[in-house]
Amino acid sequence: MAGETVTVALETRALCKSFGALTVADNIEFRLEAGARHALIGPNGAGKTTFINMLTGRLPPTTGRIVLGGEDITRLAQAARVKRGLGRTFQINTLFRDLAVLDNVALGIAERLGVAGRLWRPASAYRAVRDEAMALLESLGIAADASSRVVDLPYGKQRLVEIAIALGLKPTVLLLDEPAAGVPSVESERILEVLDRLPADIAILIIEHDMDLVFRFAKRITVLVQGQVLVEGTPAEISADRRVHEVYLGEGRG
Amino acid sequence: MLEPASIGYAGSARLRPIELLPWVAAVLVYFLTPNYLPLGAYVVIVILFALSLDLILGYGGIVTLGHAAYFGLGAYAAGVFAVRVTGDPLLGLLVAAVTAGLFGLATGAVILRTHGLALLMLTLAITSIVFEVANKWTDVTGGADGLHSVPIQPILGQFRFDMFGKSAFIYCLVVLAVSWWLVRTIVHSPFGVSLAGTRENDVRMHAVGAPVYRRRLIAYTISATLAGIAGGLLTQTTQFVGLSVLGFERSGELLVMLVLGGVRRIYGAFVGPIVFIVAQDFLAKQSPEYWTLGIGVLLIVIVMFARGGLLGLVDQARAKWPGKP
Repeated sequence: MAGETVTVALETRALCKSFGALTVADNIEFRLEAGARHALIGPNGAGKTTFINMLTGRLPPTTGRIVLGGEDITRLAQAARVKRGLGRTFQINTLFRDLAVLDNVALGIAERLGVAGRLWRPASAYRAVRDEAMALLESLGIAADASSRVVDLPYGKQRLVEIAIALGLKPTVLLLDEPAAGVPSVESERILEVLDRLPADIAILIIEHDMDLVFRFAKRITVLVQGQVLVEGTPAEISADRRVHEVYLGEGRG
Repeated sequence: MLEPASIGYAGSARLRPIELLPWVAAVLVYFLTPNYLPLGAYVVIVILFALSLDLILGYGGIVTLGHAAYFGLGAYAAGVFAVRVTGDPLLGLLVAAVTAGLFGLATGAVILRTHGLALLMLTLAITSIVFEVANKWTDVTGGADGLHSVPIQPILGQFRFDMFGKSAFIYCLVVLAVSWWLVRTIVHSPFGVSLAGTRENDVRMHAVGAPVYRRRLIAYTISATLAGIAGGLLTQTTQFVGLSVLGFERSGELLVMLVLGGVRRIYGAFVGPIVFIVAQDFLAKQSPEYWTLGIGVLLIVIVMFARGGLLGLVDQARAKWPGKP
C-alpha cells in the first residue's frame, strides 16, 4: 500500500458494450480514486447510465473488465458487488413506495448486517438496524418523516431517501445517478448540502446534468460522448476545453 | 385493522385485542351453531388456504392463479397416504405438508425466474398438469371418481371424527391457529419486510444486495406448504378427495375471496372466505341458479370502491369517525 501513489477504488479496463451494431460504450478506461469526488458528464445518449449499469452489474459488458478495490468484479452479480462496497442511487426514484421511509433504509442495512432473512423475531426487535436507519435519516434531515410512507413524501425528500438507502449500505464507492433530477432548484440546494457532507472516505461518482452542481461538487470530471471518453480533468481544465464546449456546453446547457 | 405501520422495523408485533376476535368468533360458532360445524370446518380450511395465498400474493406480490395445485396435491397426498399407509391424521397432514412444500419448492424454482404475465401463465400450466395427472393416474388417485371413504383414525388416538363435525372443526381450528401464528410471525420479521421489498421494487432490492430470488422462493415454498395442509385437512374432514380440489375455479374463487376480504392484511384472509362462503350458502338457497351474480356484484363494488377489501372499508370508516383508537 505504501508504495502506491494513489489507491484506486474503482477502475474499468477497455470496457465495451454493444447492442447489435450500436456501440454505447467504446473502450472506456476509467479510474475512480479512493475518496474521489468525480463527475461523469456528457450529452443525452452519451452512454452514462449504461456505464453505471455495467458498473453495478445490471448490464453485462460485451468486453472489458471492471475492478473494484483491486478485485475483478466483471462477472459478479449485483448483490455480490453491493457486499463488496458498491452502492448506487437511481436517476428515477427506485424506492419501496408503499413502505415507511425507515423501512426503505432499514432493508439495506439489515441486508448488510446479515439479518434480513431472519424469520422468527419481529423486525422491531432488531434495534441495531432501526437505530442505524434512524441515525442516517437524522443526518439527512428527514428523521421526522421516518414513519411516513415514501409515496406520501414530496419529490425532493424522496430523492433524499434514494441517497439514504445507498448510504445505509456503507459503500466504499457510491454511484449517484442524477441525484437532483426533477427536483426544483430550491430543493436541489438541500441535496447539494447533503452531498457536501457525505463521508470523505467514500469515493463518489456522480452523473449530473446540472452544471452548477457538477462544478461545485466535483474535483474531477470525465466527459463521455457517444460511448467514448472525450476528456478527463479538473473542473477548470474541463471548462476551458474547446472540444467540451463544442460537443456539450456549446449546446447551451449549464 | 392491520395497518401497514404495525409491520416493519418501527412497527410492533405485539398482539392487539382485536386480533383475538376471529378466535372468539370461532368459539361462539362452536357453541351457538352446532348444526353448522361441518360448514364451519370448511370455512376454516378455506381461510387457511387464503392465508397461504396472502403470504405470496399480498405480501410477496406474486400473482398466481395456480395455488389450487398445492392445495389439491396436499389433499391427494393425505388421501393416498391414508388409504395406503395409515389413517393417522397428524401423520397424514405432515405428508400433505411435505409433499406440497417440496412441489412448491421445485415449481417455484422454475416459475419465480419469470414475472407478471409469464408467471401467471406458468401457474395455470402447473395446475393443468397436476389436474391431468390426478385425472389419469386412476390406480392411485381414483381418477374422475376420486377416493371415497378415506379412512381417518382418531386424532392422537383419542378424538374420533364425529358425524356432527365437532372434532373436525376444532382440529381445523387448531391447525389454522398454528398457521396463522406462523404467517403473522413471518410478515413481521425482517424476512417479511424484505419480502415486501421484493414486491415494492425488485430493482432496488437487487441494488441493496438482497437475494431476491431466494427470498421469493422461500416464501413461495412456505405458502405451498400451508396450501397443502389446507388441502390435507379437507380430505381428512370430508373423507373424500376428488378432482374438484384442483380445478381452476378453486384458484379463482380463492383470489376472489382474498380480494373481497382485503389482501396484505392477514385478516382479510379470514373475512373474505367467511363472507364468500356464507353468502354462497345463503344465496344458493335463495336462488340456486343466480347466486354467483350476487357474489359478482359484491366483488365489483369492493374493487371499485374499496381497494383494501372489506377490511379496507373498516379502516376507512374508522379513519372518518375517530372515536376510539
